[in-house]
Amino acid sequence: MPLGLIMAKIFVDNIEYEVPDGKNLLEVCLSLGFNLTYFCWHPAMHSVGACRQCGVVNFKDENDKRGRLVMACMQAATNGIRISIEDPRAHAFRAGNIEALMLNHPHDCPVCDEGGECHLQDMTLMSGHNYRRNTFKKRTHYNQYLGPFINHEMNRCIQCYRCVRFYNDYAGGKDFAVFAAHDDVYFGRQEEGALENEFSGNLVEVCPTGVFTDKVLRKHYTRKWDLTSAPSVCHQCSLGCNILASERYGGIRRILTRYNGDVNGYFICDRGRFGYEYANSDKRIKQALKKSGNTLQHLSKDSALQEIKDFIFSGKNIIGIGSPRASLESNFMLKELVGENNFYGGIPKQESALISQAISILHQGKVKTPSLKEVESYDAVLILGEDITNTAPMLALAVRQAAKNKPREKAYALKIPHWDDAAVREIVQGEIGPVYLLTTHHTKLDEISTKSQYTTPDDIARAGFSIAQQINHSLPTVDTADDAMQAFVAAVARDLLNAKRPLVISGTSLFSSSVIQAAANIAYALKDSGKDAGLVYAVPEVNSTGMSMMASKDLDDAIARANEGGIDALIITENDLYYRIEKNKADDFLKNCGHVLVLENLQNETTAKADYVLPAGTFAESTGTVVNNEGRAQRFYQVYKPSNDICSSWEWLNEFRNSVSDTYAENFDAVVDEMVKRYPDLQKVKFAAPDANFRKGTQKIPRETARYSGRTAMLANINVSEPKPPVDKDSPLSFTMEGYQGIPPSADIPFFWSPGWNSVQSINRYQTEVGGSLHGGNPGVRLLEPSEENKSGYFDKIPERFTKKEGEWWIIPFYHIYGSDELSVKGPALAERIPSAYISMNEKDLNKNNLREGDKVTISFSGDKINVPVKEENTLPDGVAGLPKGFEGLTGVQFPFWGKITKV
Amino acid sequence: MNPIWAHILTLVLVLLVMVTIAAGLIYVERRMLAVWQDRLGPNRVGPFGLLQVMADMIKIFFKEDWIPKFADKRVFVLAPMIVMISILMTFAVIPFTPLISVVNLNIGLLFFLAMSSLGAYSIVLAGWASNNKYSLLGAIRGSAQMLSYEVFMGLSLMGVVVMAGSFNLHDIVMAQNKVWYFIPQIVGFVVFFIAGIAETHRLPFDIPEAESELVAGYHSEYSGMKFGMFFVGEYLGITLISALIVTLYFGGWRGPHFLPPVIWFLIKMFVFILIFILMRASLPRPRYDQLMSYGWKILLPLSLLNLLITGACVLYFK
Amino acid sequence: MLSNIRSMWLVFLRMFHKRVTVQYPEKKNYLPPRWRGRIVLTRDPDHSERCVACYLCAAACPVDCISLQATEDEKGRRYPEFFRINFSRCIFCGLCEDACPTYAIQLVPDFEMAEYNRQNLVYEKQDLLIDGQGKYHGYNFYKVAGVAVGVKEKGGGDNEDKPVDIKKLIP
Repeated sequence: MPLGLIMAKIFVDNIEYEVPDGKNLLEVCLSLGFNLTYFCWHPAMHSVGACRQCGVVNFKDENDKRGRLVMACMQAATNGIRISIEDPRAHAFRAGNIEALMLNHPHDCPVCDEGGECHLQDMTLMSGHNYRRNTFKKRTHYNQYLGPFINHEMNRCIQCYRCVRFYNDYAGGKDFAVFAAHDDVYFGRQEEGALENEFSGNLVEVCPTGVFTDKVLRKHYTRKWDLTSAPSVCHQCSLGCNILASERYGGIRRILTRYNGDVNGYFICDRGRFGYEYANSDKRIKQALKKSGNTLQHLSKDSALQEIKDFIFSGKNIIGIGSPRASLESNFMLKELVGENNFYGGIPKQESALISQAISILHQGKVKTPSLKEVESYDAVLILGEDITNTAPMLALAVRQAAKNKPREKAYALKIPHWDDAAVREIVQGEIGPVYLLTTHHTKLDEISTKSQYTTPDDIARAGFSIAQQINHSLPTVDTADDAMQAFVAAVARDLLNAKRPLVISGTSLFSSSVIQAAANIAYALKDSGKDAGLVYAVPEVNSTGMSMMASKDLDDAIARANEGGIDALIITENDLYYRIEKNKADDFLKNCGHVLVLENLQNETTAKADYVLPAGTFAESTGTVVNNEGRAQRFYQVYKPSNDICSSWEWLNEFRNSVSDTYAENFDAVVDEMVKRYPDLQKVKFAAPDANFRKGTQKIPRETARYSGRTAMLANINVSEPKPPVDKDSPLSFTMEGYQGIPPSADIPFFWSPGWNSVQSINRYQTEVGGSLHGGNPGVRLLEPSEENKSGYFDKIPERFTKKEGEWWIIPFYHIYGSDELSVKGPALAERIPSAYISMNEKDLNKNNLREGDKVTISFSGDKINVPVKEENTLPDGVAGLPKGFEGLTGVQFPFWGKITKV
Repeated sequence: MNPIWAHILTLVLVLLVMVTIAAGLIYVERRMLAVWQDRLGPNRVGPFGLLQVMADMIKIFFKEDWIPKFADKRVFVLAPMIVMISILMTFAVIPFTPLISVVNLNIGLLFFLAMSSLGAYSIVLAGWASNNKYSLLGAIRGSAQMLSYEVFMGLSLMGVVVMAGSFNLHDIVMAQNKVWYFIPQIVGFVVFFIAGIAETHRLPFDIPEAESELVAGYHSEYSGMKFGMFFVGEYLGITLISALIVTLYFGGWRGPHFLPPVIWFLIKMFVFILIFILMRASLPRPRYDQLMSYGWKILLPLSLLNLLITGACVLYFK
Repeated sequence: MLSNIRSMWLVFLRMFHKRVTVQYPEKKNYLPPRWRGRIVLTRDPDHSERCVACYLCAAACPVDCISLQATEDEKGRRYPEFFRINFSRCIFCGLCEDACPTYAIQLVPDFEMAEYNRQNLVYEKQDLLIDGQGKYHGYNFYKVAGVAVGVKEKGGGDNEDKPVDIKKLIP
């Protein structure tokens, strides 16, 4: 809904304000900076008017002295409305209401993880209620085990219903509900067990008090005020959700959502929230290592720099392997160090080609790729081949919101405002907008799909081309598998054409360029028929897009060159070759490359084979820029200065470049300057965030809160004399609590806090309007915009239909939110949720081979063998089997492939 | 004994005794201040804390002899010496007993006035050489204060000179055989006493080093033994003024015969030293302008009047 | 002038008054039991640590000289993994005691803590934890809090009803 176009004049306590029309009073009061209490209203889930906490007095006109009490969240901010927040009756009402809500709230604050950032604490203080007069006993509840992520403490509940509204209505969860009645209501699962929804972690932020708290944080609990935090970008998938990463005592303690009105809004997925634990892993490389015999021995920083300079850089032919999980700057620095011709992207050719194709479609084509937040505004969605719940979870959440758009129009037609959530849902009932899924097997989004169709990757592409043809009849016709598919294609084409803003989502996960091309064709066709179409591609990793924009060659090219011989040394930056390619291939490659230097954050097979290993920072210890699937360049900042030698990869490489060629980049900004000079495509990266010279007045932005405690004691066990705090020359943030205390520029918000608002609800103060952009615009810059004329044109390479092979299976990758990501699986909490490895096939195929679910089978392919149990998945097409990607023991497998499956 | 050797012995003895007394006064002052403030004062080092002086001396000798980089080095070193030398020189003319005095100078009193004028140089030079605004402010105040008070210090002494008919301190003491001069010269005594306080810039007239305003005034930048010289110089100044008061107004060594003359001299001198300390314990510091107007507007007319009346009386009774 | 002489006289007379100085190490002043010197960590009546590692003392500390890390036992009871106070920074203001919601931190009359080595002024939990309840006998935070953590049955606190059976049908 376009806001800010029409303005309404409202009177709050007899002072006139101009506010955007079409919002409710609570929203506008919060945006105007008033302290008005609320519980059940949430900026993303809007009003239901249940908690009665935002009572204000509404006056008829300026002569009305009596007025009447209204709930601000249920009242539209219409022109001329007069309200009073400060009226004593409104005050008394709010204080009385919170007293009632608090009747059963336990005396838990000291042992409650929400304490210090608790919305209930803030609201109680704000309302003025301060003493419990009720002398009756408090009701109590049993708690449930809700899995490794969320801790449950039902005693604290104040029945605001936000949790069910988020979990069920917003995120589409099915295993959580409200039970019992009156003051006994209970929010939980029917029986104990892990919360299944991928967004359950948001309950921590949604719950206004401590019913749902972060169980991973609980293991090393730290209060909000004690955390050193920095704005960061989630590294666990390609969407680049904004996060706040927080540290204490040298370890990352938790991840919170960093609101970005263009990307992730108020939420992040559980992989992003709980998948940070690898940064604290025992397997971290904390010092430079040198291979001696079969073991690695520690090396001091200076001797490592000297030895590596002598040993590695004495060679003539040095090649570098970049990484899609390293920042733009680290990849660039490697490229500078080894030279343009010797730099190779860190992914196999197949994957590299897919990503490059996606980039060129988004750049050369004429269809805009929407931001993650914009996805929520489309009214018809087609997903081609991608299991987005598992490959790009937040995209799935956005699609779930988009699915509500079409049915809601009915409510809007009845003049029900969009924020009146209960009324809107009453009108909509269970209706879901056109969402079509064309996938290889049943995926979670089938829950909201109008229709789902399952077929092989090649047939998905063919169906896609066929849909495009149905929209734009000038395209060549493609025949589809059967009548069901034919009907599906027709329905999709019809609904996409009926929509105002149709969206096509696809991605690289099937390793099929035809699917990517088919999605582009559909989007082009929609655009040609005058639709405001959108096209989203999910790519594999956080900086896949960024690295591909920089690397012209890939891992396979490097292997080919190594086979020719003559390579003296190899530098690998944050890349585990054994995760990317088969073991024997990686072994040969490393053997052919002479000396090997690896910059890595966790020990892995590649580091075990290296001559030298340098400790590279994860997102927590390094500063850099990453480019997400949308082509949005976003800056992430070092959270803390580690006490060991860990630092950003580009810092190590910068040191080497200094000793080899005597050019030295003074700081991060100097690296960015060099980079944008070399790559005009990346020009805008410079504006992704303020540079290190940025000051608010004369001050830096503090990473620590004003109430940061323990400065003079936390290191006193080592030395009673406090060390000088570290200086950050790479960013406008400081590592201390001294600095600018107001609202920082949007890209540099290290934590959300404003006076009286200690919880994450203080976000309202950082936004120009509720749910709108942050002050000064949302952070990040888009690097890829569509071209005016369609340079890429329609694709016409339609694949052949999939043909089965007797005795062999076409094995395609299955993705899991917990398990299919390289680093997050190294954390213990997330590891608990990883399913064990399996291979799926349909019942028919199982029976044909006398297999039953659970039987162990051997998959043999191109000289390799894998043993896994078999699992039934009836939606899979015949002759196709699904194997989880990236699981332990299954890394390095090149999907898709033909494999033989035999019973053990 | 060879008179030359006797002279040298007297000289060394006076020097040693005076410096020792001055150093000892550090302890006496701290102890007496404590006594008048219901405290105990230094009592930990040695019996009754007597070795406190030793401890302080050891400390001050072993302190780093530091000269600020921005200071005028030669003048900076010179300044504290001037204060010591000028005051110690004055002791040469004081008759402790009829027999013990370094020189029997017939212009003894003028010599004292000359030396005390030289003392002003040490303050001015110290403040100037320190190259520091607080030091300089202290030096300016100090020089103004000393110049002003010297005028009527000299004038107040003229009453005594007129009565005794001599500048020789020995003769002045001898002239007090009938009555100690503090009785006829009570006004002169009071004016001289006040001027003496100002000359030694002791409390309440410690305006050149008023620590609440000027850090430590002219010696802000001094440390170690150089500071020590200023410090001891101040106590030497107290001793000198007390000795002069005794000599000029309280009959010098005179006293009943059951005690030897030198003891009488020392007893009287110590009484005045204690009064100096008592003033520090009890009186607040005036403002700078108050100090100046008090000197020029009250003390100067008073001392002139005193000289006039004394002269008239002497002429009348002749 | 006269008033100056009068005040000198009055000051002089102080000579004959009683000294206020106490000859400290030889003679010690009486310290009331509630005199506030350094802190200790006390224990619950059931003898486990009272400290629940809530971090309020650290937040209240004006010189930021308290640092701790919370951890839990197998029943979920919070306690500090380490509790460190740097007494070389402590100003003995007692705000930590005020902030402590469980009476764990209490100030005792001990103030004679001088050390030759400043490092020895860093006190860890084992240096602070005493074997008693201090000034507040019988108080157990978990009896009035909502969490159970092995101290009581769920709903077995001082002011609590038995847990609700959410499956019952009676309204």
